[in-house]
Amino acid sequence: MSTAMVDLKDVHKSFGSLEVLRGVDLRVAQGEVTVILGPSGSGKSTLLRTVNHLEKVDSGSVRVDGELVGYRQSGDRLYELREREILRQRTKIGFVFQSFNLFPHLTSLENVVEAPLSAQRRPKAEVRELALRLLDRVGLSDKRDAYPGQLSGGQQQRVAIARALALEPKVILFDEPTSALDPELVGEVLDVVKDLARSGTTMIVVTHEIGFAREVADTVVFMDDGRVVEQGPPAQVLDTPRHERTRAFLSKVL
Amino acid sequence: MSRPAVEARGTRQEPLGNAEDLSEPADGVTQPPTLKVVTTKHPGRWVAAAGVGVLLAMAASALITNPAWDWNVVGEYLFAPSVLRAVVFTLQLTVLGIGIGFLLGTVLAIMRLSRNPLLSSVAWGYVALFRSIPLILQLLFWYNLALLYQRISFGIPFGPSFFDIGTMDLISPVTAAVLGLGLHQAAYCSEIVRAGLLSVDSGQREAAAALGIPWRRQLFKIVLPQAMRSIVPTAGNEIIGLVKGTSVVYIMALPELFYQIQVIYSRNGRVIALLLVATVWYLVITSVLSIAQYYVERHYAKGRK
Repeated sequence: MSTAMVDLKDVHKSFGSLEVLRGVDLRVAQGEVTVILGPSGSGKSTLLRTVNHLEKVDSGSVRVDGELVGYRQSGDRLYELREREILRQRTKIGFVFQSFNLFPHLTSLENVVEAPLSAQRRPKAEVRELALRLLDRVGLSDKRDAYPGQLSGGQQQRVAIARALALEPKVILFDEPTSALDPELVGEVLDVVKDLARSGTTMIVVTHEIGFAREVADTVVFMDDGRVVEQGPPAQVLDTPRHERTRAFLSKVL
Repeated sequence: MSRPAVEARGTRQEPLGNAEDLSEPADGVTQPPTLKVVTTKHPGRWVAAAGVGVLLAMAASALITNPAWDWNVVGEYLFAPSVLRAVVFTLQLTVLGIGIGFLLGTVLAIMRLSRNPLLSSVAWGYVALFRSIPLILQLLFWYNLALLYQRISFGIPFGPSFFDIGTMDLISPVTAAVLGLGLHQAAYCSEIVRAGLLSVDSGQREAAAALGIPWRRQLFKIVLPQAMRSIVPTAGNEIIGLVKGTSVVYIMALPELFYQIQVIYSRNGRVIALLLVATVWYLVITSVLSIAQYYVERHYAKGRK
């Protein structure tokens, strides 16, 4: 494999006595789409959240574009970075939440321009133009002055995707982007994600949408009980799974 | 209730194609006529409203016709220079008290939510202490601070002092009043701000952090504006409470509104009229504040219906 855009090595994470991640390795090459599947409680969301240091790892390493996330290595020790450094690293990693988490007191446009302005300190005119282009790309240019409360769930999630794209990140993480949506709104959000995948954006998507995984993923990763059980091209993992647990999971969701 | 009728129209009207035929019987079946909604009558409400109306008229009559209210004396003193000065002083005490209260209160609230145990327990202790002591007692403590410490010195803690100053000179009765009101208010304000901060969904802070938005900006642009929605109504209560609460400083013989009218009526004996003067002013101030609160709330309701 070429140099990995995202490179996780032996990542461990516990919440109290509950070990959620039991040594996970994951490599995502540039421009590749990785879909993580697995039953709830398998640790897939936690894994995604370690990539941008929303969760600190207990041991192991997380690298994005070759840079260690959240820590600085000196000899055989990892020193945790200061908050400001971590915030700077996060501007290179887009994150899309299950529950959108748009800022409800700001309009769509204000939601999108906020981070490029305050976190990246880019010029106002340039950011505004970019934001309008992104809202157009997700099909919401007519909603730029609407507040999140005036939008449907699908529209809110599309604004949230535009907000993540506005930082022009190297990788975008999607944490179950369609799980909070009414069934008829899932399609419009997945269309946007598919469009991004086709344009060569590096993405990691945690989802339950098997059809989406089959269509878009370069690699499907199946997780269970804090470990990666198997991974490979969608045809291989979804149609001819090698592990019993993968088969059992797929037989329930398909 | 009207749903069956609507469905009936939808299915039966179309083949007829003519609205006038609707109420005509067709094939021996009676067509349902268009239904008219008749709202329920509330005779009880009318009786109650009439009763309240009579009571209001009686109250107005009692206020106007009884000469003991001394309305002409009220008019005479309402805009008297000494009363106006007292109103201004009351407003100054309120503004300073609430200003110190919310500044210190916001700091205390943020300390309380800090992960550092010393910061959070100091904030907790402050609130516990200052909420427990009656305001009037605190005011007297500040007023009499010179009995505890004759001189206050400024310098390096536990080290040399650069200069010192007599407590009596530093803490005038006005300063004592402002300090007392402000520090007392800070305890309440800190709880109001903390409640506001807690009312904001944690996903908001998380989303801001995931976008790399700087810490201060997260607080002031993302979290606090949303917290204001629950802070403003309670803060309005506090401010209005303090407008009237300033009357406690009369024990320090400071010429705020309540003290001033007492001075006047002890001189001329028109007790009721002067109590009314104070009442009118307190009413005016709180009414203006209530209107202001409405607009502030509307501002922070942006984006919410």
